[in-house]
Order: sequence, then C-alpha cells, then structure tokens
Amino acid sequence: MSAKSETVAPDHVAAHPRAGQVRLALVAVALAGLLAAPMFLYPIFLMKLLAFALFASAFNLLLGYTGLLSFGHAAFFGGAAYFTAHAVKVWGWPPEAGILLGVAGAAALGLVIGAIAIRRQGIYFAMITLALSQMFFFFCLQAPFTHGEDGIQSVPRGHLFGLIDLSQTLNMYYFVLAVFVIGLLVIRRFVNSPFGMILKSIRENEQRAISLGYSVQRYKLGAFVMSAALAGLAGGVKALIFQFATLTDVTWQMSGEVILMTLLGGIGTLLGPIVGAGLVVSLQNFLATSDFPVTIITGVVFMICVLLFRRGLVGEFFASKIGKRLGFRAES
Amino acid sequence: MVMIFGIPVQALMGQLLVGLINGSFYALLSLGLAVIFGLLRVINFAHGAQYMLGAFTALLLLTVGGINYWLALLLAPVIVGVLAAVVERTMLSRLYKLDHLYGLLFTFGLALAIEGTFRYFFGASGKPYAPPAQLTGAVNLGFMFLPIYRGWVVLASLAICIAVWLLIEKTKLGAYLRAATENPVLVQAFGVNVPLLLTLTYALGAGLAGFAGVLAAPVYQVSPLMGSNLIIIVFAVVVVGGMGSILGAIVTGYMLGVVEGLTKVFYPEASNIVIFVIMAIVLILRPAGLFGKEA
Amino acid sequence: MSALLQVENLQAWYGESHVLHGVDLTVAEGETICILGRNGMGKTTTLRAIMGILRKRSGRIEFAGRDMMALPLHHTARAGLGFVPEERGIFASLSVEENLMLPPRVAPGGMSVEEIYALFPNLHERRLSPGTKLSGGEQQMLAMARILRTGARCLLLDEPTEGLAPVIIQAIGEVLQKLKSRGMTVVLVEQNFRFAAKVADRFYLMDHGRMTAEFPVAELPAQMDMLHRELGV
Repeated sequence: MSAKSETVAPDHVAAHPRAGQVRLALVAVALAGLLAAPMFLYPIFLMKLLAFALFASAFNLLLGYTGLLSFGHAAFFGGAAYFTAHAVKVWGWPPEAGILLGVAGAAALGLVIGAIAIRRQGIYFAMITLALSQMFFFFCLQAPFTHGEDGIQSVPRGHLFGLIDLSQTLNMYYFVLAVFVIGLLVIRRFVNSPFGMILKSIRENEQRAISLGYSVQRYKLGAFVMSAALAGLAGGVKALIFQFATLTDVTWQMSGEVILMTLLGGIGTLLGPIVGAGLVVSLQNFLATSDFPVTIITGVVFMICVLLFRRGLVGEFFASKIGKRLGFRAES
Repeated sequence: MVMIFGIPVQALMGQLLVGLINGSFYALLSLGLAVIFGLLRVINFAHGAQYMLGAFTALLLLTVGGINYWLALLLAPVIVGVLAAVVERTMLSRLYKLDHLYGLLFTFGLALAIEGTFRYFFGASGKPYAPPAQLTGAVNLGFMFLPIYRGWVVLASLAICIAVWLLIEKTKLGAYLRAATENPVLVQAFGVNVPLLLTLTYALGAGLAGFAGVLAAPVYQVSPLMGSNLIIIVFAVVVVGGMGSILGAIVTGYMLGVVEGLTKVFYPEASNIVIFVIMAIVLILRPAGLFGKEA
Repeated sequence: MSALLQVENLQAWYGESHVLHGVDLTVAEGETICILGRNGMGKTTTLRAIMGILRKRSGRIEFAGRDMMALPLHHTARAGLGFVPEERGIFASLSVEENLMLPPRVAPGGMSVEEIYALFPNLHERRLSPGTKLSGGEQQMLAMARILRTGARCLLLDEPTEGLAPVIIQAIGEVLQKLKSRGMTVVLVEQNFRFAAKVADRFYLMDHGRMTAEFPVAELPAQMDMLHRELGV
C-alpha cells in the first residue's frame, strides 16, 4: 500500500560493507534452526507455523508488492485444503498430486475472483474480494463434497512420491519445511523478476505505468493468480498436516487473520509475514488453553497496528539503525 | 388456492414481505455506510458491530433499566452515535491522511474487538426481544396475514431513509456535508469546522446502524454475531448500488432485499448467494455500480 | 493608516520543497494591492500560506492585530480573511444559491443577499442551477459574491481574470472598484497587469519565493520596462 503523506526523512545510514555476508549468515542460522527445531518444539505446532507463514507470504505478494488488499484470501487457502483433502481421501491420489490439485484449484479460483475484482480499485477491490469469497464460503457450506459443518476428516497423508511415509511426523515436518522454503524462493524470484519490478511500479504510480504502455490489469491479475496459487499451496499442505479440511478455513475471519499476520509482521518485507504468522499462531496456541477471547485481542492488535505500528515489527526493525546497518530494506 | 408461477400466493407474498424487511435493513445499513464513506472516505467495517450494539443497547435498556422499545428507538442510536464519535475523535481521524485502506483495516479491528467483547460476556446465542405491545399481532390483508411489527419495520426504515435524504439534500447542514465531500479544505477555509463535521457524520452513520439494530431486535433476536455476516452482504449491496449516491444506496437496498426474497421462493439454494452473483454481474457490465458516479 | 495585514519573513514548504523564502508584505486597511510574478514564483502559495491552507510555514502573519500562525484553518475566516481560490472552488453538488449561502457570516457589514443579487443579476437568474453549470465568468462572480456576504474585511483573490473574456474581466474590475469604495481590503494575485493597473493601489513583484520589488500604482509607467523583462510579456 502506498503511504501518501508518510514521507520519512531519509536517514542516510549506510549499510556496513560486510552487510550482505551478515545477512546470508543470518539466513543460514535460521535454516539450521528450522532443521533442528523438532527437537525442541512440538512438530505439529511448527508445521502449522510454516503453513501459515507461507500463506501470509503469499498474501503479502499481493499487498506489499502489488499494493492490492484482498479481503478474501481464505477462499484460496481453504478452497485448496478442500480440493487436496478430497483428492487424497476420496480419489486416493498421492500427496504431491493432491497438493498440486489444490494449487491449481486455488489458481483457477484466483483467476475468476481476480478478473472480477480487478475492475475496481482500492477499497472497492477489497470489498469485492470479501463478497466473492463469502460467496465461495456459502458454496462450500452447501456443496456435498465438503460435508458442510463436518468438513472432510481423516485425510490420509499417504506416501510422498510413493516412497516417503508422511504419516511419520518427522518426515511430514521436513516435507512441509521443504515446501515452505520452495514457496519462499518462488516468491523471492517472482518479486525480483521483471514481472515483479513492473508490479512495484504499478503499486507506486499506476497512472505512470499505464502511460508507459503496460497493460496494468493483466499484471495485477497475474499477481493475483500467483498469490492465490501460493496461498493454495499453503492450504493444501495444511490439509495434510492436520488431516482435515473445514469451513473455518474459508471464512472471512480467516481472511482477516492473514491480513493481521502480514500487517503485524511488516507489509512489503519478505520476513514480515513469517514473523507475523509466527506471532499470531503462537499467541493463538497460548490462548487456546486459557479462557481469554482471541477475537478481542486480534481486534485490538489490529487497531494498534494500524494506528501506531504500520510498518510492522520487521518494518520497524528495518527502519532502525541496526536494520539499516545490516542493509535490510523494506519495499514500502 | 391462487397460484402464481406454480407457487401459492400466500407463500409468494410471505417471501416478498421477508424480502422487503431484509431490504429495509440493507437500505438502512448501506445508507449509513454511504454517508460515512462519502465524507470520510472510510469503509466502516464496524457498521455491523454498531448495528449489533444498537440491538444490545435496546435489550439492556429493557432488562436493566426497564426502558421500553419506543424510548430505546430514540436512545440507542444516540448512545451508539456518541460512542462512535469518541472513536472517531480519538483514533479514526488520525488515519484520514493515509491510504484509505487503513481506515478499512482499523474499523475491521474495531468490529472484531466489539463483537469479541459481547460474545465473551453474552455468549453466541440469540436473545429474544419482544416487540412492543402496540405492534404485536397481525392484520388480515386477504391474500396473507401481515404481522404488524413487520409492517412497522418497513415503514419506519422508509421514513428514516427519506428523512436522511432530506437532511442531506435539502438542509444547510446537508449542504456543508456535500460541499465538504467535494473539497473539505476549501470548506474549512470558509470557516466551517470540518473536523467536527466529520465526527458528526461518523456518529450519524453509526446512529443509523444502531437504529437498524433496535428495529431488528424483535425480528432477528439479539446476538453478538448478528452484524458480522450481515455486513458483508451490505458491502455487496453497496458495490451494486455504487457509492456515489444516497438515493442509490436506499433503492438498491430495498431492491436487492426483494430479489433475495423472490429467489428464496423460486430457487432456494441460491438465495444465500444471489446478491453476490448480482454484484459480480454488475461489476462486469457496469463497474461503477447502478447509481455510481465514480469509475 | 495602520497595517491591516502584516506578513514578515514568511517561509513555506510543500513537503520537502522550500517554496517561500521569506516573504514580506504589508497591506493597509482599504488598500488593494497586487502581487505580480511569473508562474511558479510562489504567488498562489503566498495566499494559501496567509490563509492557513498551507500549514507548513514559519514567520509572522498578523491580521487586524491577531497572530494568524497559531489559528486552526477554520478560524482564519472568522478572523475576517476571505479566500477566492484560483480554481474558484464552486461545488458541483450544490445549487448556485447554496454555494452563495455556504460560507458562514463572520462579521456584520457583509453584503445582504439582495445587494449581492443586485450586483450580480446573472446569479439570481440561475440560483437554482447546479453551481458548476455556470460559465467561467459567472463562477468567478459567484466565488467572489459568496465571500462578500460573509462580512470578511480582507479578500485574498487568486487570479480572478484567468481564462475569462474581456467583457467579463471588465465586469470583475467594476466589482473590485465598487468594493474599494466600500472600504474592502484586497490582496490580488494577477498576471494580467493591465487589469491590475486599473484596480490596484500598490504592486509587489514576486520572484522565486520572495518579493523583489514594491511600488505604488503611480510609478507603474516607469516600471513597465522592468515588468516586461521580468514577466516576459
């Protein structure tokens, strides 16, 4: 999202000459941490974290990099969960094929919803995505294959490529980690590609992009479908992790949750959605055992973030002295 | 038994009435949203929560204060409006200079916080609220029985919609509002306290939602969740109508309510989504909305 | 005559861009002064900064003895300053009469509605039409008329004759003469100095955000060469 009057005076803190190497080292440490994590933390919790981190990162592709706020991303996430669950449980497909179906289904859904929503901009776009995904919710509520309120349960994890037994928790964890890393790499590649650069220019000044001859609508739709597909990847994986697909995954509350994760973590940064997802999932986990109402906290955190904290945690870090020395930069 | 298109007249009229009632609420709520959006350029996601607040205020006024429906109809919108004014003054007004999406996100958070609070204290189930004695019972129209309260809902909402329209189009205050919508800085340079106008407008919109809530209490029961699914349908209504015109919001609300009601008769499975489908079609054929002014 | 409007070392910024570099301006009660200058030199910015529409400013602005810098925007009109913007600012969703009546009365002594309609009969004829259905000249008249109703003591007029036909320009000149005879103080921004010569008492020349010359109307013929050079006309 472009911040119209938020011109921050540029502090010229130059990046340390070794900054690139430091960042690389940090990434290596993080990766090592993720590889070792199952030894310290409950693997299902970690997998949930990774799935939502991927979901939020996919969402941020649209918000942070293209400047489009979708209020209906749950349709892609939950929809893919249903598609994957159905394929694996009812048609007996192997997990990788099931997930691919989820991705394809989400992409198709993204194409339809995106094509309609893109006809308006800004707030209207957000409202339309909300309404259309609500329509999908009602479809899921009534369609026989989703089993309505019960959802699709006891989804078998199967054998990856016919070889690796995913019902073994550790196998499943490393599979999810691999999918997560691949998803992030795809996003990173996409953002830095020529397509991604054009998206950035559209976000910053759409009129200018149009006058330069770019068919802006096509690029926006492309970004939308990409984001939907990756959200679908997260959703399909999630169906296998928890071995069920439910209506909760296609509600507007879920759409709101992923927005919160991205906002809290930092729009327009690669790291932000991951951090945000980690925080929100951990918070929900922590509160699940207590009596405390999660919705109120979610709402209040939303309000505080929008009022005081728009750059998000990672965004604030990037803007700080240390962040600048390390050469981190936020997009918006 | 008289039949129209293979449906007994009673059933058709019954559903038409339901559609008209739903349409009354769609009209009232999309009117409130349009008024707020016109001047503040904010999509008030908390509108559904303010509608719920109105209903709960009426319920609490009755159960705790013994205050009857008629007084609640006056008090609840004022209370909801004052609370909204406080929110606008302290928090929402800081967001005007930013991208308009932040306003949507802020009010979304506000909606969650309000609904979560009420769900925590009152649980998720609906509580009954009896219509006032003067409006109970039904009238025999020959082809159907018309519950008096239902008829009242349609009349009251129509009256309020017309009153708001008159306020905006025919009064000096309305002129300030219309002018400030076009050029708030210039209006302020004339000596009009535009920040105060913004607060009042948000309060008016919220008050309209609160009024709708009181009206709804005897019809739909009072529950913390009553606003949240409704607000999304209202969004769709607003997109169909187009944000530019007050009259458009009112007409579209009633129209879509009736269409939904008719769909329930002829094609019940689609009744949940028919408004969204119409929204999709309108977006493809006429993106600005039926009465919209901006492209 | 004591100064009604006193501006000292006025600086102003649009975002990071420093546009006024210390403007000094004095206007006595009843005077009509005119700010000349090429496009982009800061004339409109000066008016907007005085009015308080442009908030990023520093320096001293005193009107009728009151410090204007501290006032919020919606109080400047109440202090007696009236603003007629370059783009006229007629509201499309208001009728001509609603446009006329919109700015609230800030002091006694403003023209009555009858007087205004007598001065501008066109406006009376079209009073129920939407404001923007008027011609450019009529909109300019309306923009001025609505301030005259308020009782403002000082009019800030931004390029009133821009884009108008000579007949209308003459009419505007007559209005300004009438206002002068009623004791109105006017700060005029104009590029058309032949028009300004007929109404102004004193001239300022503005260049790159500061005043570079000041002279009474009597000296105008002597300054013509300089003006031709500076203004490129």
